[in-house]
Amino acid sequence: MADSQTPRVDELEKGPWPSFVKEIKRAAEKHPAAGDLLRQLDLSYAEKVGHWKHGGIVGVRGYGGGVIGRYSDKPEEFPHVKEFHTMRVNQPSGWFYTTKALRELCDIWDKYGSGLTNFHGSTGDIILLGTTTENLQPCFDDLSDAGFDLGGSGGGLRTPSACVGPARCEFSCIDTLDVCHSLTLEFQDFLHRPQWPYKFKIKVAGCPNDCVASIARADFAIVGTWKGSIQIDQAAIAEYAQGGLDIQEEVVDKCPTRALAWDSERKELKLKVEDCVRCMHCINKMPKALRPGAQRGATLLVGGKATILKSAFLGWVIVPFMELKPPYTELKDLLRKIFDWWDENGKNRERIGELIYRVGMRTFLKAVGLPPAPQMVFRPRANPYVFWWPEEVKRNA
Amino acid sequence: MPRTDFGPPHYMEMLPPVIKRNYGRWKYHEILRPGVLKHVAESGEEIYSIRVGSPRLVSTDFIREVCDLADKYCDGYVRFTSRHNIEFLVTNKENIEPLIQEVRAKGWPVGGTGNCLSNMVHTQGWIHCHTPATDASGIVKAVMDELYEYFVEEKLPAKLRISLACCLNMCGAVHCSDIAILGVHRTPPRVDHELLAKVSEIPTVVASCPTGAIRPNPKLKSVEVNEERCMYCGNCFTMSPAMQIMDPENDGVSIWVGGKVSNARTAPMFSRLAIPYLPNNPPRWPEVVQAVKKLVEVWATHARKGERMGEWIERIGWETFFKLADIPFTDKHIDDFIFSVPTFRTTTQFRW
Repeated sequence: MADSQTPRVDELEKGPWPSFVKEIKRAAEKHPAAGDLLRQLDLSYAEKVGHWKHGGIVGVRGYGGGVIGRYSDKPEEFPHVKEFHTMRVNQPSGWFYTTKALRELCDIWDKYGSGLTNFHGSTGDIILLGTTTENLQPCFDDLSDAGFDLGGSGGGLRTPSACVGPARCEFSCIDTLDVCHSLTLEFQDFLHRPQWPYKFKIKVAGCPNDCVASIARADFAIVGTWKGSIQIDQAAIAEYAQGGLDIQEEVVDKCPTRALAWDSERKELKLKVEDCVRCMHCINKMPKALRPGAQRGATLLVGGKATILKSAFLGWVIVPFMELKPPYTELKDLLRKIFDWWDENGKNRERIGELIYRVGMRTFLKAVGLPPAPQMVFRPRANPYVFWWPEEVKRNA
Repeated sequence: MPRTDFGPPHYMEMLPPVIKRNYGRWKYHEILRPGVLKHVAESGEEIYSIRVGSPRLVSTDFIREVCDLADKYCDGYVRFTSRHNIEFLVTNKENIEPLIQEVRAKGWPVGGTGNCLSNMVHTQGWIHCHTPATDASGIVKAVMDELYEYFVEEKLPAKLRISLACCLNMCGAVHCSDIAILGVHRTPPRVDHELLAKVSEIPTVVASCPTGAIRPNPKLKSVEVNEERCMYCGNCFTMSPAMQIMDPENDGVSIWVGGKVSNARTAPMFSRLAIPYLPNNPPRWPEVVQAVKKLVEVWATHARKGERMGEWIERIGWETFFKLADIPFTDKHIDDFIFSVPTFRTTTQFRW
């Protein structure tokens, strides 16, 4: 075997899991940039340090985001990755594709880029990994002709994403794909032209299983839920019992609120509806027998984010229940109020969750016109440092 | 001028006919075997989803190969999951076996459903980012090679979600995963006083520090770092190239456990620190791979049926977890940031 130029990363061609190194080598057969990428990566493996210059501001005409500029700090050694920018392309809701659409994307990217992609970025976008500044505009022109717009980056609305929803899941309480698509279209300007203190992410999950991790990975999480009883098919439950499922141990004993009781003699499952917190466990265990209730909508949560700056937050409830029917006017109005208030009050690079943490939920709720509800907290405050609005007290003369 | 502000293609154009016909009217699903889901609609129609692992970083030719299979077996439709797996959507039962055979012949794994390890959500690393403390794709490949059996077979107590972020911007899901691998620095940034004013907004750099370790130095038209207050997060480097923090000798990886996002049984949980530091050791990161494997095994051995990593640990107690996992507990594990006190043990209830 001839001496490889990339002995370290070549190790990662071995083993059973599909190899990204093989993928880069495949792209390198057509694109010198992919070859230089692999050689630069091999150098990083030798030196245990990255070789990309800091930052990079590039884009396409009319937009302020969607492209992540990147420059090699070893341009003489690796000239084909001297410029190696990423284009974020807005994925269709739920990441469904026709092969025709995917092939068109591949052809465009082979024409203008490195032939390397991520399917997908964590926020949901199709990631086209590596092109030159010169190629950005013509690439976007062709993408646009093919019906693909750019996704978000920078201090604006990022690309919303959604779980598979009603397309292929019996648990979905809302039309996640439609909500996601409708919000993406409604707020195109905020997505393409960053104009806010920082980024803002929206994710749409059809039920509390939260298959897009909206509670952890979105500033605004829309999570399907229901009111009233779970729909129970007792005959199907008896079948699960006969099939060997230990309903007492695996379902009833795991109910977080002890809302379930199993009558093993009569083969009957009883639910105390008022105690059910819709965690999904029993439905997950017995999908043929249990279904979400018929009155459906979503719980809205705000504030989810990663560490920087004040620690990671999980989203918290701001609307316990909202019905979601097209054209989703109530939802869009609420989002507009939240955007306005945050835009007005947020500090530079302050996520909405951190702004609410800084000024308090009462200020947020008042500003966006939401009524406080016990569903918003695990438990009430334990300290007595309580603020009152001036109009709530009698002023001394 | 191309048209703008038209958004993504409409999802309806991308859905297989069987899905359009049964949209919102699915009755139930079953996992037939690892990687194979069956969904049955109220109409009685069925769809089979074959889930296939992907390295996420793929070439256009890989996507074309996926398209070839989708054309042959799935009438030209395919989807991707929120963990970067591929799902082939098959309506004709007869197509399942030949499709799986072709997928396996390509060396792609079928699995990731039910009580499996699914794909690792991960980030850019040394492939494309300017702030990483480690690589992403390399560690993911090394870990998935080692834990491959758990992707293709359902033999864990519950589902297992492993994720990786190459710095503590935590792009992705490390703050909410059963096991998380996180790139970390351990030395303060080196301020380039010559460069700083030319390339940075000083107030932004000062405000970027979670611990207030940075203050302006007007004399130098630069900033200074109080090194005792710096915990090497690297956020000032994100704001300014003059705050270089990468340090090949001291950068590395930390391991976190017990996070989850679903609401099933227990509320969503953050991942918490298990191992504060392991070295970067490319290309195979053996220390990291072994640590992750050991965590999976200790959980698989001790957890009850259906218990996620975090649920198991909360039941047995963190003191028992550290004992069983044979991980030394250090001062690094005790929170000292702004939300620390509620993590302290304000009860006499604990195990010896």
